[in-house]
Amino acid sequence: MYPRQTTHPRHDRRGPAVRGLTAATTALLVAAVLAGCGSGSSSTAASPASASAADSGSSASFPVTVSPANGSVTLKAQPERIVSLSPTATEDLYAVGAGKQVVAVDSQSNYPSGAPVTSLSGLTPNAEAIIKYSPDLVVASADSNGLVAALTKVGVPVLIEPAAATLDDAYQQIGQLGAATGHDAQATRTVATMKSEIAADVKSAGTAHQGLGYYWELSANPYYSATSKTFIGQVVGLFGLKNIADAADKASDGGYPELSQEYIVTAKPQIIMLADNSAADGGQSPAVVAKRAGWADIPAVRTGLVVPLNDDVASRWGPRLPELVEQIAQALRKAPTS
Amino acid sequence: MNPGADRDARPAGHPGRRTARAYGIAAAFLVVAVLGSALVGAADLNPLATVTALLDRIPFVDLHSSLSPLDRAVLYQIRMPRIVLGALVGGLLSLAGAGYQGVFRNPLVDSGLLGASAGAGLGATVAIVYLGGAGPSAVPVAAFVGALAGVAVAYAAGAVGGPGTATLLLAGLAVGMFLTAIQTFVLQRSAQDIQQVYSWLLGSLATAGWGQVGEILPYTAVSTLVVLLHGRHLDVLSVGDEEARSLGLHPGRIRLLVVSACALAAATAVAVSGLIGFVGIIVPHAVRRLAGTSYRVVLPLSLLFGAGFLVLADTLARTVLAPGELPIGVVTALVGSPVFIWILRGTRSVHT
Repeated sequence: MYPRQTTHPRHDRRGPAVRGLTAATTALLVAAVLAGCGSGSSSTAASPASASAADSGSSASFPVTVSPANGSVTLKAQPERIVSLSPTATEDLYAVGAGKQVVAVDSQSNYPSGAPVTSLSGLTPNAEAIIKYSPDLVVASADSNGLVAALTKVGVPVLIEPAAATLDDAYQQIGQLGAATGHDAQATRTVATMKSEIAADVKSAGTAHQGLGYYWELSANPYYSATSKTFIGQVVGLFGLKNIADAADKASDGGYPELSQEYIVTAKPQIIMLADNSAADGGQSPAVVAKRAGWADIPAVRTGLVVPLNDDVASRWGPRLPELVEQIAQALRKAPTS
Repeated sequence: MNPGADRDARPAGHPGRRTARAYGIAAAFLVVAVLGSALVGAADLNPLATVTALLDRIPFVDLHSSLSPLDRAVLYQIRMPRIVLGALVGGLLSLAGAGYQGVFRNPLVDSGLLGASAGAGLGATVAIVYLGGAGPSAVPVAAFVGALAGVAVAYAAGAVGGPGTATLLLAGLAVGMFLTAIQTFVLQRSAQDIQQVYSWLLGSLATAGWGQVGEILPYTAVSTLVVLLHGRHLDVLSVGDEEARSLGLHPGRIRLLVVSACALAAATAVAVSGLIGFVGIIVPHAVRRLAGTSYRVVLPLSLLFGAGFLVLADTLARTVLAPGELPIGVVTALVGSPVFIWILRGTRSVHT
């Protein structure tokens, strides 16, 4: 739903701004459906035999049926015009080797650099604007604005790949996108590589840091964090760290509580991870954190263990996850022993 | 409370003992709110050590507190500035509400009226969406400018319709809706910023620091002084423009001055706390129940009670879900609404 920060509380907090548009968009959709019937939604794809070209080849036999969050979806032929409305899905598609089939990605899909970025919105998708690209597969992280219903009416299959709740979810989505695009084998390899890299990173960090407290900062104004039960909390949990946000579980059903500043300080986290350091996310940095009134005595600040993460990777559940795990591992190698 | 005894709508109110008692209650309320608030929080500081640490800060008092340096940082750098900022914001919002109610002779007017909240909302949203790189520092300035600009536009628009406060109020509503529409549009185009904007709209003192207290002090002083000095004028205006003129006053000029000062007060509060609703209505009405309707009394008492009320509301915001937090706007409305209805009990019609 939220391309850049999908595992963030933003997720649940869609304002009236978004909802209010639904009526207007529905009206547009009716028009889109009427006009869309004739347009090229059914451009016949290459036959199963000839689709086995280039990259992964082997397993591209269609039709294929996959089971994304919006139920069972059957793809009659290998899609050749994919529109991705989710930054994570975009990364997944390129990772499994389906990049050449992607014709348009949403405005927040900033990776990999060659992806055909458009002004399409994954948050408030406009079916008509999407249909203009004559897609034969659309991938999104949420079914907002009646996306699935509208595209289904014009015969375009849609895969909803929502924010992963667990690591397995993330792997499964990559596998699913591989299957749906005819790149089964490479998807399997991608997942295997991710798993081994993550395992190696976790191992490289050793065990000396186990039990240290960490604070994951999603936003600094006010202070939003993520508990251990969130996707990102599970990822960091691989290192055996203690999440200070867990004490505030009751403050948020979604696992993204707003923390009291006094609590953060007195919980004395030994590590602070900033998922809000890019300019667009609030521009927090280790230097800014050190200057916050009352924060100077926090162990993490004193020992310099305030880690500015790659915000995009930290808020997605795609193939670059090992990079995030490695960044955390690097920091932990410098951590004091508990 | 003294139900039934305060239906006096005459400007002078009851001078003397009742006023003195009201001031006493207000001062006690504020002191208790601040002290109580200082003793609780997500960081479980030892209450006794906290008190000694606070007393130690008084000049010429030298006490040893058992608080660790970290705990001291929490108390001096995080909790106390938040309480002080909350008191200032609450006082400003209540004073602005009371001032507006006097100018418009309308009890339903809140500090956010006349495009102030909508303007601030638009300013903050634009800053968050387009000036993300400028960091958090841009948001308060943008909100402050937005609030003042909103009121200025509303005032200009209202003046087109000729004199009279009703036109001004309606113009304020129209301008507010217009600005909110633009804000919604801006936000819709950048939906990934919704969480940040939403947090701001609900109001928060979560990141309060002494820096903010220092920044708003000058504006607080000026706006408070101007509004407080006009208590008697508002009393005269409440009888009618004709009467005011016959006493040698210029109703239009007074209104412009008080509205400007109230706008400055509201903008100042909004800049550091976001949109905190309802305080500007509930506090002045509570004060009227306690001390009568003379603005000479209502204005200063609103300042004091507003300060105490917001300190208490923020104390709830930061302790109910501790170590989590609630947006303070939720608390003021959730606690404020029932209290407000309780206060209105027995008030058959409200004169301002």
